[in-house]
Amino acid sequence: MPKMENLQESYDFVVIGAGPGGYVAAIRAAQLGLSVACVEAETREGGLGGVCLNWGCIPAKALLESAALARHVRDDAADFGVKVNDIQLDIAAAVSRSRQVSDRLTKGIKYLFDKNGVTTILGHARLAGAKKVEIELKEGGATSISAKNIVVATGSRPKTFSGFEFDGDRVISSREALELKKPPERIVIVGAGSTGMEFADVFNAFGSDVTIVEALPQLLPLEDEEVANVVGRSFKKRRIQVKTNTSVKSLEKLASGLRVTVATKKGDEAIECGTLLMAVGRRPNTDDLGLEVAGVELDESGWIRVDEYCRTSAEGIFAIGDVAGPPMLAHKASHEGIIAAERAAGDSSHPLNPANIPSCTYCHPEVASVGRTEKQALEDGFEVKVGKFPFSANGRALTAGAPDGMVKIVADAKYGEVLGVHMVGHNVTELIAEATLGRVLETTVEELANTVHAHPTLSEAVMEAALAALDRVIHI
Amino acid sequence: MATRIVMSKLSPTMEEGRVLQWLKQEGDKVESGDVVVEVETDKANMEVEAMGSGVLRKILIPQDTTVPTGTVLGVIAGEDEDIADLLAAAGPTTTAPAAEPAGPQEASEAEAAPIAQPVGTAAGGEAESAEDGRIKASPLARRIASERGIALQRIRGSGPGGRIVKRDVEMAAQAAAVSGAGIPSELGAEVPFEQVELSQIRKAIARNLAESLGPIPHFYLTVEIDMGRTLRLRAELNRSLEGQGIKIGVNDILLKTAAQALLAHPGVNASFAGDHIRRFQRVDIGIAVAVPDGLIAPVLRDVGNKGLLQISEEMADLIERARDKKLMPQEYQGSTFTISNLGMYGIDEFTAVINPPAATILAVGATQEKAVVVDGAIEIRSRMRVTLSCDHRVVDGAMGAEFLATFRSMLENPLRLVL
Repeated sequence: MPKMENLQESYDFVVIGAGPGGYVAAIRAAQLGLSVACVEAETREGGLGGVCLNWGCIPAKALLESAALARHVRDDAADFGVKVNDIQLDIAAAVSRSRQVSDRLTKGIKYLFDKNGVTTILGHARLAGAKKVEIELKEGGATSISAKNIVVATGSRPKTFSGFEFDGDRVISSREALELKKPPERIVIVGAGSTGMEFADVFNAFGSDVTIVEALPQLLPLEDEEVANVVGRSFKKRRIQVKTNTSVKSLEKLASGLRVTVATKKGDEAIECGTLLMAVGRRPNTDDLGLEVAGVELDESGWIRVDEYCRTSAEGIFAIGDVAGPPMLAHKASHEGIIAAERAAGDSSHPLNPANIPSCTYCHPEVASVGRTEKQALEDGFEVKVGKFPFSANGRALTAGAPDGMVKIVADAKYGEVLGVHMVGHNVTELIAEATLGRVLETTVEELANTVHAHPTLSEAVMEAALAALDRVIHI
Repeated sequence: MATRIVMSKLSPTMEEGRVLQWLKQEGDKVESGDVVVEVETDKANMEVEAMGSGVLRKILIPQDTTVPTGTVLGVIAGEDEDIADLLAAAGPTTTAPAAEPAGPQEASEAEAAPIAQPVGTAAGGEAESAEDGRIKASPLARRIASERGIALQRIRGSGPGGRIVKRDVEMAAQAAAVSGAGIPSELGAEVPFEQVELSQIRKAIARNLAESLGPIPHFYLTVEIDMGRTLRLRAELNRSLEGQGIKIGVNDILLKTAAQALLAHPGVNASFAGDHIRRFQRVDIGIAVAVPDGLIAPVLRDVGNKGLLQISEEMADLIERARDKKLMPQEYQGSTFTISNLGMYGIDEFTAVINPPAATILAVGATQEKAVVVDGAIEIRSRMRVTLSCDHRVVDGAMGAEFLATFRSMLENPLRLVL
């Protein structure tokens, strides 16, 4: 057992799960001088990094880059003065590249663990009482370590509806969708949240006939309505079939393919396809963890119940990331990891303000937001002042050939508080940080408007939207 | 050479001031001595003059903005002069504006006069809040505080490094609404009320008088004075002045009498100065004047050496300018004695709160006709009750009583005033 040589009997801080929550918690705890071990059950070689690095954010974004490049070459290159003949799309190569990116990053985590003196343990961990963890080692055998503090960071996995069980072949989750060898000819995607939207974008670019089905009235139901409508128009232009207000009823598996029956406002409809991607949410990985033994309580929806410092009902046990409840975002998990580590080390830590967690979707055009939507702000009783600026009036966006989209700032009319910022367009996932920082620092639209933004940049649209909220917009 | 226009500390109690109006705009030519901006201090509206010539290059603080003393309001410089450094350094300054008193120079003269020094508790109370010009607060917190009239200085920040954030201001606003204006909280919730924001002068009054009645041990002496002869003398004097447009008022006579009595009892014309008592050798009397949003006490200097005519003329001028908020700081600061007369409101008698640094104040009630026993017979006489508030650290009962006895005797035998 060469890898387990340095395994101690007891640690200050044991993290179960090496995803973006767990690995960050482990590193931060080690920085603070705690002895730390991190247990990871992933069977893939390398395996650290959780869903985010292995089966989620990172490989998906790599594929989305392939999709963007494909569209760019096919639709725009000639306009840009670059003529390309005989374009061939190879999704297998795209997938292979995405795996390489993923591998590189997971290796990076191992490097960081070693650098910080975090013991990596590959295997399945179970809580055995409040201060004990039993591990079935991947390499065989079992061990038991005691821990002053334990962090449960086991994440979540895709869920589906009854009657639509995953079969790993035709009825798939995001995980299988990331490793398709060839693009499905006809695919139905159920759920228009960020996962569904991103895969719709990828498969559309690689030539699939894509239908996306959403039970709620708008795509990206958590985002601002106007923003979602911009994406909807773009999708329809690219011939992605968008079916909102539509829920799936039943699935028939035929020899020739799948028949999905959906209920629309006009009645039932049958859609035939070769592949059905269920992107209808995720469920917590709480099974077989010994949570009951340790006295860790779950809430009504099955997530681990935590307070604002990620403490569970059991003394000395924290839970972070997806398993501790939505929003299921890697950056939320990482921040919670830091909070838990600092708490455990007796340092002061800041609770996370859910209203200041940005959300990004990497379909094209991209969507990014932080804070309240216009509708939520009105429901919360604010007198709202909205400032909008379209990228069609932004120099940098036009040079990039990306006039679609806008920045929309929802401000409080009385004090100018930035209640929410909603963006759709080219690279807006990189622009949202300014808005998030603005909210954390409690800037008003006045400061956003008065901040000099470099020209020509997409970020000028943020300044202009702030100016618009003050009725001082220059470029429209 | 570039010069700064600064919100100078124009009175010892001044911590902040409001820019009322810019009389010059950016780009206007300015000569040294030109009035460039009007500011509202805690007592009066002041005109601020340019200390140098050039062009008003930059207005840093717009109209209707309240800023701490020491804040640079604007910059005067040559047309093409580089003022970047001055502007960069123009954030809220932490020091007193000693370097460039852009206000009228008399301000510093007033401070040089021995009686104008803020002393004892008054000075101590101020230093606390003025210790640091920089307040760490989020832009949103500043905005909400300014719109709701909440002083950031009084809020403890809960953000990183003690930064004041939105929730701190909202909590302070809530706390103020509950305990505010002396209304019992259970009433405050039910009885409708109008929220009146504190003007600069109202803030100054609140601060000064709280400082007064709190730390100064007050006691009160009341005496009733027969005013018959004084009133007759006044009538005679005014008859003799007929046609000259001058009228001697009762207050003028009270001022003159008080000055004479104070010169006879220098222990009452005094101030408590921490480790010593100052007995002033000149009598400077403040007269409390009601102005629309408060009161102010213009000071008549060296009353002991002035005749009734001069007193009358000067007082009329001071009172008029006080009501127009046109007084200079040295015209309302540093009295050695104060008279507050509510007789015209029909008040029989009352006690007044000492106006530091003086140690005494005289509260004057209405002169009324009363049945009085004189030499065993009942007569109708004009009587006036006055109450002397004394700082017991300076004035003892007997000392105050002796002063009042002299004061009464002089009013009852007013011909001595002529001497």
